[in-house]
Amino acid sequence: MQPTAHDFKSNARAALADKQLQDALSGLPGGLVAQRAAARARLPEFDGLRDYGRDLRNHTLEHLDVYLERYETALIKAGGHVHWAANGEEACAAILRICQEAGAKLVTKGKSMVSEEIGLNARLEGAGLEVVETDLGEYILQIRHETPSHIIAPAIHLTQGQVEADFRREHAHLPANRRLVDPAELVDEARQILREKFTGADVGITGANFLIAETGSSIIVTNEGNGDLTQSLAKVHVVITSIDKVVPTLDDASALLRLLARSATGQEITSYTTFSTGPRHDGDPDGPEAYHVVLLDNGRTELLGSEFREVLRCIRCGACMNHCPVYNAVGGHAYGWVYPGPIGAVLNPGFIGIEEAGNLPNASTFCGRCEAVCPMRIPLPKLMRHWREREFAGGGTPFSTRIALKSWAALARRPWAYHFLARLTSRAMKIASGRNGAFRWLPFAAGWTGGRDFPAPQGSTFQELWAARQKQAAKKRSGR
Amino acid sequence: MSDTASNRPRVGLFVTCLVDLFRPSVAMAAAKLIEHAGCDVVVPRAQTCCGQPAYNSGDRPDAKALALQTIAAFDGCNYVVAPSGSCAGMLKAHYPRLMDAGTTDYARAAAFSERVHELVSFLVDVRGLRNVPGNFTGTVTYHDSCSGLRELGIKTQPRQLLTSINGLELKEMADSEICCGFGGAFSVKFPDISNAMVEKKSANIAAADVDVILAGDLGCLMNMAGKLRRQKSSTACRHVAEILAGELDDPPIAAALD
Repeated sequence: MQPTAHDFKSNARAALADKQLQDALSGLPGGLVAQRAAARARLPEFDGLRDYGRDLRNHTLEHLDVYLERYETALIKAGGHVHWAANGEEACAAILRICQEAGAKLVTKGKSMVSEEIGLNARLEGAGLEVVETDLGEYILQIRHETPSHIIAPAIHLTQGQVEADFRREHAHLPANRRLVDPAELVDEARQILREKFTGADVGITGANFLIAETGSSIIVTNEGNGDLTQSLAKVHVVITSIDKVVPTLDDASALLRLLARSATGQEITSYTTFSTGPRHDGDPDGPEAYHVVLLDNGRTELLGSEFREVLRCIRCGACMNHCPVYNAVGGHAYGWVYPGPIGAVLNPGFIGIEEAGNLPNASTFCGRCEAVCPMRIPLPKLMRHWREREFAGGGTPFSTRIALKSWAALARRPWAYHFLARLTSRAMKIASGRNGAFRWLPFAAGWTGGRDFPAPQGSTFQELWAARQKQAAKKRSGR
Repeated sequence: MSDTASNRPRVGLFVTCLVDLFRPSVAMAAAKLIEHAGCDVVVPRAQTCCGQPAYNSGDRPDAKALALQTIAAFDGCNYVVAPSGSCAGMLKAHYPRLMDAGTTDYARAAAFSERVHELVSFLVDVRGLRNVPGNFTGTVTYHDSCSGLRELGIKTQPRQLLTSINGLELKEMADSEICCGFGGAFSVKFPDISNAMVEKKSANIAAADVDVILAGDLGCLMNMAGKLRRQKSSTACRHVAEILAGELDDPPIAAALD
């Protein structure tokens, strides 16, 4: 995916003016946000579980090499194959090779953000394969030629009316007078279409929510059951995932699953939680003949060894973006690369560079709502600030900002000069505002005054008034 | 205020740069409240800004220098109190993070941090204040500024003091905990998003149908007041300290003088 994170500001402006997008986004607070709050309220130990999850992930990251090797050993023992990929290119090449060796023509796919990160669909299609997304949201995006705007609700930027129109256009062979009003009717229609694909697929590709070191298993959680059909009906199952997904034991995974579903959708547990351990074994009723896991690094070991390590605790629930007022205002596409919202503001610069993605960690008021809901207690504002520090130290901060900041800091470090200038500014602005109490336009804050007035100062600084008060008090005392 | 050697705690008022420059009446109200809570107030001249603009722009060296300057300015104070959750959060939660662990600077910042409080939480949690000098008849709503709420846990304290005022009716608005879109430099760097956020806030304020919108941070208040004024709203906008102290002679924020 070609990043447009450097265009974040104009992306955001367009998003704010997009009536349909704004309609679609307005459902977030009453939807995923309210559902999470209700689920949290039903589980008194939720915050304790978050501490547990944080510590567990920290421990795993501390010993990531050990757990990855343990995972690999267990997986090989279970008859699976592991492919280590340093970057997206290596991961795509490995998956394409698996497909070609299987003589594949049709590939079905469960939802996977890592596959978005490496641009897998384009690569496979470029080699002549038919790739079909089987998650309803991802399927809708595929027929619209769009990318996900949310990591768990990829089509959240669309209204139901848009989806209905897409289905009528794309599924022209179905009766034109059919009813497509309820979400259930849309789901039914997608199921009909996808059923043929499931049974005809040569390779099924899924992501993984977790990998379990002790058993060599991968886990996916879904609500549609499409992942199960994707991975069990095709002859070959390929898991594309990243090295940070490993957890030590089954028990650990179940602790994280309790947090994941509640934080993501407010469910106690998702409708389907599927464990895969190697290919079909003797006596198994179904399953693929071959099972491959592609383990992507793509900058993660670099994050591991940096001040950004904590971001690797992320379990991709999406709660941070659901609760982010900036995400709520502009939606996910404005962020301009795979991961939107606060988590994207920390991850994307790590994957595509701070030069490209510098806007993202800056586009936050540091309101802290993301950190407050993060099931892994990732200090997202702190990590965004670290990116700003890297940008500043590396000279990436715009020159005008740097100059303004440096002159302001030089002044603030000289209290006498600072107070003098504050007095002048307060007076001058007060005089300029007359009796109006506010400015409708200010040259140095034109962006601000575009949408709101700028309050005028009262005309004296507090330091001035306080000094006068002290003087008067002293006079009173000496006169007594 | 008395300069005799009293056994009243000595409170250093951290004015905040916005209050100093734009709305000194907030700091006057704060001083009155701190004195009402049985403390002496001092206002060190060597204070300027907490350094947050530098800190949040990635300029750590300047932020650190300002932190050390502020810490030194408040030497000898039993408490350091700011009429802002954002600035108090900077002094309390972030100053220690600016210093390298194990250094004397870190030790100073950590010791300083323990003495720092946001105004209203200081009055309620530290001084046990239950009644205030303020006097107000009408309806108000309170916006929970982000840093105060999430970094310092300020939620019940202002409501507790507000509802102690006879004749004041506190009406909660929807989404009082959601950011107003100010965010310091954010409002200038990303004005469109900031404006969209404050528009949602002003809609919630309008729906609450109150005489006054209150908050504990002047930055948020200037943002909300600027929006309300542009929308020709009749809702007044004030710092919570003004109501609590009964310092209501000055016109509300962004209001015309007549």
